[in-house]
Amino acid sequence: MKRIYQLIVVVALALTATAFAQDQKVIGVSIPAADHGWTAGVVYWANQAKAQVEEAYPNLSIIVKTAKDPAEQANQIQDLVTVNKIDALVILPYESAPLTKPVADVKKQGVFVVVVDRGLTDPSIQDVYVAGDNPGMGRVSGEYVAQKLGGNGQIVVLRGIPTVIDNQRYDAFMEVMKQHPGIKVLDAQYANWNRDDGFKVMQDFLTRFPKIDAVWAQDDDIAVGVLRAIQQANRSDIQFVLGGAGMKEFVKMVMDGDPLVPADVLYPPNMVDTAINVAAMHYVSGSAVLGTYIVAAPLVTKDNAAQYYFPNSPF
Amino acid sequence: MQPESSLHPVPRRRARIRLSAFGPLLGLAALVALATALNPAFLTIANIFNVLTRTSFIGIIAVGGTFVIIAGGIDLSVGSMAALLAGSMILVMNALAPTLGGGWLTIVVGMLFVVALGALFGLGHGLAITKGRIEPFIVTLGTLGIFRSVLTYLSEGGAITLQLGLSNVYSHVYYGSFLRVPIPLWVFLAMAILGAVLLNRTAFGRHVQAIGSNEQVARYAALRVDREKIVTYMIQGVCVAVATILYVPRLGSASPSTGLLWELEAIAAVIIGGTALKGGSGSVPGTVVGAILLSTIGNVLNLTSIISVYLNAAVQGVVIILVAFLQRGREAR
Repeated sequence: MKRIYQLIVVVALALTATAFAQDQKVIGVSIPAADHGWTAGVVYWANQAKAQVEEAYPNLSIIVKTAKDPAEQANQIQDLVTVNKIDALVILPYESAPLTKPVADVKKQGVFVVVVDRGLTDPSIQDVYVAGDNPGMGRVSGEYVAQKLGGNGQIVVLRGIPTVIDNQRYDAFMEVMKQHPGIKVLDAQYANWNRDDGFKVMQDFLTRFPKIDAVWAQDDDIAVGVLRAIQQANRSDIQFVLGGAGMKEFVKMVMDGDPLVPADVLYPPNMVDTAINVAAMHYVSGSAVLGTYIVAAPLVTKDNAAQYYFPNSPF
Repeated sequence: MQPESSLHPVPRRRARIRLSAFGPLLGLAALVALATALNPAFLTIANIFNVLTRTSFIGIIAVGGTFVIIAGGIDLSVGSMAALLAGSMILVMNALAPTLGGGWLTIVVGMLFVVALGALFGLGHGLAITKGRIEPFIVTLGTLGIFRSVLTYLSEGGAITLQLGLSNVYSHVYYGSFLRVPIPLWVFLAMAILGAVLLNRTAFGRHVQAIGSNEQVARYAALRVDREKIVTYMIQGVCVAVATILYVPRLGSASPSTGLLWELEAIAAVIIGGTALKGGSGSVPGTVVGAILLSTIGNVLNLTSIISVYLNAAVQGVVIILVAFLQRGREAR
């Protein structure tokens, strides 16, 4: 039964593949499935980029695939090569290590490889790397908190899920804090990039510390829970909450001048859009498209928030 | 131990049951003492209410789970079901707001809708399991995936957010108090009492226990096994819906991370509380204590920093196993 099903899928995919004309170039995009806000943004922007690039360059076609775990993603890129005959692969690896070998195999078959956000463990595989700046995000956040507090105060930190990304952000943030001995980091706990955990952890921080000047929530989903917990506890000692990533609701709050949310630090899911466009450039411009493109993590404030506000995106 | 207990089965067994009933309570008391020693802020009214209010979601779901598990079934879908119910409830209320207004009328209709939907999901589970004769593990594993992906589809992976006006009115249900006690706690208490009465003081409750200890015998005794089993899944669905009614006003939104792993927490609460995973016996008060114990562990870890945050899950694991050790016994024979 399962075999038959697989066969049907393979035949269907093969038919779509042969439908493309010979001189067409096919770009395969492999990204994690939308299982939380940020990845939802990635899926949204990948589809936006597909529509825009296919419209602008009729000789390019783009296939967007989402995977719910690294194993599925590895199978998927194999299928993209053997069945869809892709010329270029844009991949946001679910995890670095387990996908390095599968992408290397794809590369060996002559596919142009663009890696987004999370790097592979062997950087020589990729032709282009469109990287999110995680240390930069931590650093910019740290500098903003330090400057806003005037170098003095007590803060709490809510971390994401124990991963390289979280460590890079946290370490860079703490590095900045070292230069400001007047600021005391009371504690840092994991809130798993999740609203409910943000609420719980913040409630407990509020119970534990009678005076908190600022909160670095690192992520806007966590910050949603943090804001609710502060509201419930009726505490007025907290001057501001700094989230991150650029969720539309938060960019809107910054735009509207919410006193608790004076700024946000961008870690834009539309970096996948950038990457797809870079891959397209490889085919439409004659010049060399190689190297690393680091997407900056700028500070979003009231003055520039409008340019980062995308009301149609789910994130 | 073994031969002795078979020689004097009656007194031995009694002592064991009594000890096992107090096991989770003992564990909770020890945890509370430890927490207070580590940080006196633990025993403040505000913190206790925080913990108990937080527990109410898992606690109410676990009350329903107690029935399902005692009847020999299992429901793995509750976390995903909570997420989908929360998302659907928000969508319905947002859609009704223009006609019914942004006040209590819309919210009450939303509540009724979500309870009906929860019961319907439970009915679906029950029918698939009894009439369809599919293992409950498989049915609910299937719906676990279905519920969560439908929510992810509805939210496009982002969040479904309740309109601001409705959210402000509705937030009283989570943040408000009655006689100085938070409303979710009253609801939790009411559901627990209702559950305990239903399980121990009604014919239905006795049937559920009989079915769980031996389904064949229950059938020979002319119990309507299928119907009772379906009802347990419907109770579970309604309990998830009640938990959702309390959950939605907290953040005013539902996202694919809503209710993640709640099924494991709820099942753990039921089992820690002394219900046998293979069915047949159990108690609602035990489940309540189990649920409180689970959320207290997380609270204690947040209130202290003596243990590396990397080890939080390990501490939870150790406590769960220790408590299970305290209340072991019945199956050990």
